[in-house]
Amino acid sequence: MKSLESILGNHPFFENLAPEYLTLITGCASNVKFEAGEFIYRQDEEANNFYIIREGKVALEVCPPGKKPITVQTVSDGEILGWAWLIPPYHCQFDAQAVELTRAIVLDGRCLRTKCVEDHTLGYELLSRLLPVVGRTMEATRLQLLDIYGNND
Amino acid sequence: METTMQSPMTPWPYRIEKVIRETHDTFSLNVVPKDSSRGMTFNPGQFNMLYAFGVGEVPISISGPKPGEQGMIHTIRDVGVVTGALHQLKKDQTVGLRGPFGSAWPIEESKGYDIVIMAGGIGLAPLRPALYALLDQRDKFGEIVLLYGVRKPEDLLFTKEFETWRGKYGVQVKLTVDTADREWRGNVGVVNTLIQRADFDPINTVAMICGPEVMMRFAVSELKRQEVPENQIFITMERNMKCAVGFCGHCQFGPAFICKDGPIFRYDKVKQFFGIREI
Amino acid sequence: MNKSVTIDREGLNQLIIVLGGMGFQVVGPTVRDEAIVYEKLGSIKDLPEGFTDEQDGGIYRLKRRQDQSLFGYAVGPHSWKKFLHPPERRLWQADSEGSDFEIKPEKLDTTKFAFIGVRSCEMHAIAIQDKVFINDKFVDPVYQVRRENAFFVAVNCGQAGGTCFCVSMNTGPKVEAGFDLALTEVLENDRHYFVVEVGSKKGEACVKQMTHQQAQKEEIAQAENVVKETAGQMGRSLNTTDIKGLLYENLEHPRWDDIAERCLSCANCTMVCPTCFCSTVEDVTDITGTHAERWQKWDSCFTMDFTYLHGGEVRASTKSRYRQWLTHKLASWQDQFGSSGCVGCGRCITWCPPGIDFTEEVPKIRDSETQSLKMS
Repeated sequence: MKSLESILGNHPFFENLAPEYLTLITGCASNVKFEAGEFIYRQDEEANNFYIIREGKVALEVCPPGKKPITVQTVSDGEILGWAWLIPPYHCQFDAQAVELTRAIVLDGRCLRTKCVEDHTLGYELLSRLLPVVGRTMEATRLQLLDIYGNND
Repeated sequence: METTMQSPMTPWPYRIEKVIRETHDTFSLNVVPKDSSRGMTFNPGQFNMLYAFGVGEVPISISGPKPGEQGMIHTIRDVGVVTGALHQLKKDQTVGLRGPFGSAWPIEESKGYDIVIMAGGIGLAPLRPALYALLDQRDKFGEIVLLYGVRKPEDLLFTKEFETWRGKYGVQVKLTVDTADREWRGNVGVVNTLIQRADFDPINTVAMICGPEVMMRFAVSELKRQEVPENQIFITMERNMKCAVGFCGHCQFGPAFICKDGPIFRYDKVKQFFGIREI
Repeated sequence: MNKSVTIDREGLNQLIIVLGGMGFQVVGPTVRDEAIVYEKLGSIKDLPEGFTDEQDGGIYRLKRRQDQSLFGYAVGPHSWKKFLHPPERRLWQADSEGSDFEIKPEKLDTTKFAFIGVRSCEMHAIAIQDKVFINDKFVDPVYQVRRENAFFVAVNCGQAGGTCFCVSMNTGPKVEAGFDLALTEVLENDRHYFVVEVGSKKGEACVKQMTHQQAQKEEIAQAENVVKETAGQMGRSLNTTDIKGLLYENLEHPRWDDIAERCLSCANCTMVCPTCFCSTVEDVTDITGTHAERWQKWDSCFTMDFTYLHGGEVRASTKSRYRQWLTHKLASWQDQFGSSGCVGCGRCITWCPPGIDFTEEVPKIRDSETQSLKMS
């Protein structure tokens, strides 16, 4: 089995990260597994974790009263789940539920953000990797909002 | 002077061979010519003008059949007066047809490349003949990827064929919907988000995209981010079309007539005008 | 040139009669509703004898001349496209039979037209429409038949109008090609005659049936001088240097907003333009619903639903419509058909109610580019 450090080091998210930071981040990481239907986190929980999905699929959901839960986004193999851990007030905005058996690496966000405060270079490295993820999510969300396939007549 | 030449503005009668219910608002008509001198050959990506008696005419892209099968299939979303009238028609009734018109997907030119097909909504219809043509000579192409996004799971077209495309031909079929409830086990998010999830070699890829213009804009920028060359990206444009033969002037898009120069364009040839407001 | 002959007014009158006898419907300029329009001609009495036109941005006025000139004006609101590409025509009919229907193609109208008084800019305009309707991917059989059957009696302009700029567009004032006969009207001292250049066998056959003389050197020189003088009188001019690049680079230029404040979106410019070809189709049914027809009608890129798509207009603003019209005419036409779509006849300037004049507007865009170049 590959070591956590080499798995993280080969992940595009951590591409070209200095080895000492990679070691440091590996120190905050561990493997996790979620069964289909299992909740990874819930809306309004404190956001202390950050996941790199190795395989599987996670749905981000909201559940309006009296209605079925609505999935607004799915995150799957190789993608990043969660960025609320880095930005105050560190609260999850959605329910995250495994759609199928999902394996991931979880990073301790509380530990990481403390280190980011102490070492701004690390903070910059993580933010500049996270920002494109946030940006693409926002772009996708805007497109969803446009409802481009809708019947405009 | 007498001339027997038929005006390209006059439709030919075609008989409806089969009506296929695709989704709650979308159906397909397979038609064959009543006049045996009329052909049924077309290039993937081309369209016909379909006329419903007494109501009017609309451009509809040709969505089939499979190679070797009979007729021309038109997949139509019932959104207006003419498409509504076409929706009322039954087997053996007549439609007026002019065509096929327009440019085609670059099938021959793409041999040796990986192929990324991106479709949004009913945009899969004109891409299906391209897929058939690619699969007909599967070994001539590298990876074939189909990225298909719709609004809701019930809007997905041609779902019965996905397993054949995946299993028999090794196509990476990736689907996504804009929103869904828990019944849907697949991806949620816009079709662009699938690009990163597909396995292809960007430099050696031909992308064929059909969907709403806004979707295509974002799809093109994501493909460019992945370093697919601009001259290997093909998009489809849509404008008001009355004649389909370059006479009426309605479908102009910059220097192009969508009807005779398009509807399929190589991206780098139209990018100067793509995205300009009210062009 | 040995093919040239001279005729007098009576000779011209004979031409109209001869053409009628050859089965042509003879049409040409005549005065109606205080304008010179193209209608059926019976004799030279129908021509606008002694009239001229005063033209400027948004201004058209007929005035009396001091002489009996028959072609002493520029061009009016009509162009020959109304004969070759009719404003309204039925494309086909269909009748239902039970749950089925049958389409009946329209019989080709084989009317032969003889056009009297076609100007050089108009000959060019017809050649431009030929590219749209005959020489491109598809052929419009109605246009083709009318075009091939037509007889052209061209006239070299004896004076330029206030909004003329054919010299800038390389389309006149001398008629170069495509005519059966080309006339130059000469009035000198007490003499009123026409130098006639023969351009085709059909033209030659006509001349034989008219009273004519071999043209003298002095007469030909006189005629050439008439055209030369006209060329020097252009009311407008336009610098066309890289005009395509200029307009393509300036699709978001603030000048379009300025024009849009004046433009009424009235479509006059497109109706009077001799090259504008856009049309729409209308489906009509009778009250029983068993008979349907499709009609083709002139349309304009300035109308509301010209660009209707999925419940909205692509070009909703006046700005975008004017920009489309002008960039099509002067720029994208070159990509589409290999020439400019403008022949410099000036009709769009004359017949624009607020007098928008693109020979003024294009330089405004060009000048701002030059200025920004200087600044950078």
